[in-house]
Amino acid sequence: MKRQLPIILVFICGITMVIQFFVPHEYSEDLFQYANDFVIVIGILALPVGIYSLMTQTVRKARREPKERLYSLATIAGFLVMIIAGSRREWFTGATSLSSNMFNYVLVPAQATLFSMLAFYIASAAYRAFRARTLLAALLLLTAFVVMLRMIPLPEPLSTWNNDVVRWILEVPNMAAKRAIIIGVGLGAVTYSIKIVLGIERSYMGGD
Amino acid sequence: MAWYDRLLAVDRRWIYLILAVAVVIPAIWTMHIPVSLSSEVENVFERVSGIQDGKIMFLAIDYDPSTMAELSPMAEAILRQVFRQNGRVVLSSLSQFGPAMTDEIMTRIAGEMGKVSGEDYVFLGYKPYPAITILAMGTDFRVPFPTDYYGDRVDDHPMMAGVHNFDDVEFVLSLAGGNAADMWIVYGNAKYGVPLALGVTGVMATDYYPYLQSGQLFGLLPGIKGAAEYEQLNESPGDGLRGIPYQTTSHAVVLVFIVLTNIAFFAKRSAQRKHGMQAGLS
Repeated sequence: MKRQLPIILVFICGITMVIQFFVPHEYSEDLFQYANDFVIVIGILALPVGIYSLMTQTVRKARREPKERLYSLATIAGFLVMIIAGSRREWFTGATSLSSNMFNYVLVPAQATLFSMLAFYIASAAYRAFRARTLLAALLLLTAFVVMLRMIPLPEPLSTWNNDVVRWILEVPNMAAKRAIIIGVGLGAVTYSIKIVLGIERSYMGGD
Repeated sequence: MAWYDRLLAVDRRWIYLILAVAVVIPAIWTMHIPVSLSSEVENVFERVSGIQDGKIMFLAIDYDPSTMAELSPMAEAILRQVFRQNGRVVLSSLSQFGPAMTDEIMTRIAGEMGKVSGEDYVFLGYKPYPAITILAMGTDFRVPFPTDYYGDRVDDHPMMAGVHNFDDVEFVLSLAGGNAADMWIVYGNAKYGVPLALGVTGVMATDYYPYLQSGQLFGLLPGIKGAAEYEQLNESPGDGLRGIPYQTTSHAVVLVFIVLTNIAFFAKRSAQRKHGMQAGLS
């Protein structure tokens, strides 16, 4: 029963939602909205579990690894400060609120710094790995070169030719490959969903 | 050690240093880089140009601070254009870090142009689970957002009288740095048929060209180049056009790196072949 009940529930919910999608009726829309509300409720219920997990793991790490203690303390302090900053509306709205200041002067520079570091890794990777070792690698290299060349001001008519080639690359080979991937992923998702609804795929219950 | 071996084994710190210098150069010397226009950006500009005299568009700010360098210039240019034309905007944010950025941009631009919350724009705020939020907004904006970001009831805003869902706005433009863009295509466009355009980061852009050809998107703003093109069309230079020289110099450096490393690679391979043939003859 411990394994059968979830499978029965998943089957009923799955089939109900499939039928709902094809029924353009007010009751059907209400059911859909009700189901969506459930997803949000489940997500909210999962939040304390996530917070508990983050805190216990951070504290455990701080105890076990003295060198990591400072980072663990920063995590806990950041967590507590943001809880306080978000606990009252006037503390998280407005240009000079605590939350806004934390956001503008801590989070924004931190995220921007991390993202901009990628430029250095990409430059290094381009230098070390982008070599025409095989025909396919040479094709990839040539394509990347032509696409990136679009960012460099070239004299006419080179600029127009380059733009035309880049447009062709984006709209023909790129689009064909992307479309194949999208259709493949879509078919895979449908297959996987059918397997879950029919109880063939049970890995979501954990174990085997 | 041969010259090609030295070139192939160059310390990565030199690469970092050269790139850093390349990024700093445009900050010291002013450079004007011409920006060629693309049809996908022009399409967005034309549709936004139609938001005049009370017409309403929906602008979704669905990105994090990590991608704001590419996407915020788009948001600013579009908001300025809409307000200049006396159009109106409904905004939301489906990224958890989006609301603070949206509030900052919206408040600043509205303040500069004398626009008022509730009359010229409404910022609905943030809700988790983009797919569910988009689906719920398709029924009525008030379902996921009974109050706006500032806690005021949506029904109390004069601008929202008669505005219930996507049928009541001209189109949706999502500026997305993540999978919210896909959610808008799958749930906003496919389920509710809302005309949709996207503004995405440069690395994401190639993923969305199939949707342009299929007509699911009427336009696309790809990365900082898309922002620069938009600013050029809008005749309002901003961070998009300012960012182009930085992108140009860094791309040029990467291209030079690729050429150099391949010259060294082929020189080494040629030398190895020659050496192998000589060893075979002797």
